[in-house]
Amino acid sequence: MTPPLPAAARYVSIEGIARRFPGLTVFEDVWFHIERGEFVCLVGHSGCGKTTILNILAGLDQPSEGAVVVDGREITGPSLDRAVIFQGHALMPWLSALENVAFAVSCRHPDWERGRVREAARAALSRVGLAQAAERKPAQLSGGMKQRVGIARALAVNPKLLLMDEPFSALDALTRGTLQEEVSRLVTEAGQTAFMITHGVDEAILLADRILLMTNGPEARVAEIVHNTLPRPRERANLHHMPGYHALRDHIMDFLITRSRTLAGKPPEGWDARRPPVVAPAAA
Amino acid sequence: MTAGVPFWRAAALSLALLAALLFGWEMAVKGAATGGPAVDPELAALLSPAAAAGGQSAMPAPSEIGARLLYLLSDPFHQRGTNDQGIGIQIAWSLWRVAAGFTLAALVAIPLGFLIGMSPLLNAALNPFIQVLRPVSPLAWMPLALYTIKDSSISSIFVIFICSVWPMLLNTAFGVASVRREWLNVARTLEAGRWKTALRVILPAAAPTILTGMRISIGIAWLVIVAAEMLVGGTGIGYWVWNQWNNLSIADIVIAILMIGLVGLALDRLLGLVALWVAWQE
Repeated sequence: MTPPLPAAARYVSIEGIARRFPGLTVFEDVWFHIERGEFVCLVGHSGCGKTTILNILAGLDQPSEGAVVVDGREITGPSLDRAVIFQGHALMPWLSALENVAFAVSCRHPDWERGRVREAARAALSRVGLAQAAERKPAQLSGGMKQRVGIARALAVNPKLLLMDEPFSALDALTRGTLQEEVSRLVTEAGQTAFMITHGVDEAILLADRILLMTNGPEARVAEIVHNTLPRPRERANLHHMPGYHALRDHIMDFLITRSRTLAGKPPEGWDARRPPVVAPAAA
Repeated sequence: MTAGVPFWRAAALSLALLAALLFGWEMAVKGAATGGPAVDPELAALLSPAAAAGGQSAMPAPSEIGARLLYLLSDPFHQRGTNDQGIGIQIAWSLWRVAAGFTLAALVAIPLGFLIGMSPLLNAALNPFIQVLRPVSPLAWMPLALYTIKDSSISSIFVIFICSVWPMLLNTAFGVASVRREWLNVARTLEAGRWKTALRVILPAAAPTILTGMRISIGIAWLVIVAAEMLVGGTGIGYWVWNQWNNLSIADIVIAILMIGLVGLALDRLLGLVALWVAWQE
């Protein structure tokens, strides 16, 4: 078990957030943090409020209780410092790939002239391997390419925190795999702090430093934090040969299949919402 | 166009139908000449010497209309006094009024529609007014316009304004209100300001819907201008039609109908081109 970090070192701190509707609590007492340069994945079943948590971090939604502090400041709304890669790419279909990214760049740098903005947008597209398709409209791009543009748009604004809401769930398995590695590379290169929601256990193992496991809703909670001790760089092709991979995967699968349900609504004795148990199955 | 039908086949059928219609028409009119007086003798006396003699129908044959059309189009912009102006001049007057009324309507309807589309409160508050005023025939406004504006030409522009405003207003409001949430979220996370979001996200997203409203509006405006000009008189294709009725020149009325149809088609196609330009596809 790692000792809790002093609050100052916590780059992003989620402090006791809850989402309540009259007569229904979707999730409550959610506490966790993300350190600078860390990649955190949130895993849980549908209906536990994962997307709401991400939207709260993005500032698109407000919690019924609690607060989110990023880099020492409580967030009050959306910000360029927290870029979102949306589940359904959310590209504007009337703009070309380049213009979609340029729109984001021009928001970050309103004082830049057109040529400079386009140059930066082109560079961002090259980083995701789309320099050739820059002039194409989203309708002329494949699903994977569209999501690449979405990634380029999010990274083009140099956010402090990159938020991803099941970014690959709409893609076919092959494309998903390629994009996972691409994101892994980009995030590692840039030392990017990232938070991702996913259903994919292998996706979480490939990308995350820590994996938050949520119980089923209503009254969902972060039941456990899994430390992913598998060494980097990780490659999808040999991930399952890494020592400890199976222990890690089995642990998460067991949680998703049974414990997410049995732990729902009734936390075990001595459980502390601020310090959920931390486990490292791969290190054993 | 229906897919799968070759263009030339549809065109050939169209031409055949047109030829059959014109031929039937020509025959019907000429046939009346042999069948004795086809019209009331008193009316026939008013029409033409030939008709008065019972030799011909009051309805001109397509060949006569064609000849008359060539004559009118040979000098469409002549101006010989207030009651003798070329058909081109008359159409230009009507087009000017439609353009003025339509432009004013767009200047009011699109910004207002934007506000209504963005604010559910404003939408709910203005909806009763719109619902009551929209079904009113634009010509019902004419007396009020004439009384307050005291100028017949401006009154007809006002009538065009009032009939074009509703489809544009409703379509803009609908288009703006149904802009995809995710695009707005993108703009919010990028901290694009209100204006930037309005101009670079909402406007292009709603543009196809707005253009549909504009297309409906221009169609209605062109329908209404004829009636408005019949009422106020002076100039314009509507006035010209009424004038030719008073002159009992049926051929000219047929020509006017044809011209009104062609200009209306051109207006619709023009906005269709603009719509194509702002259209986007997912």
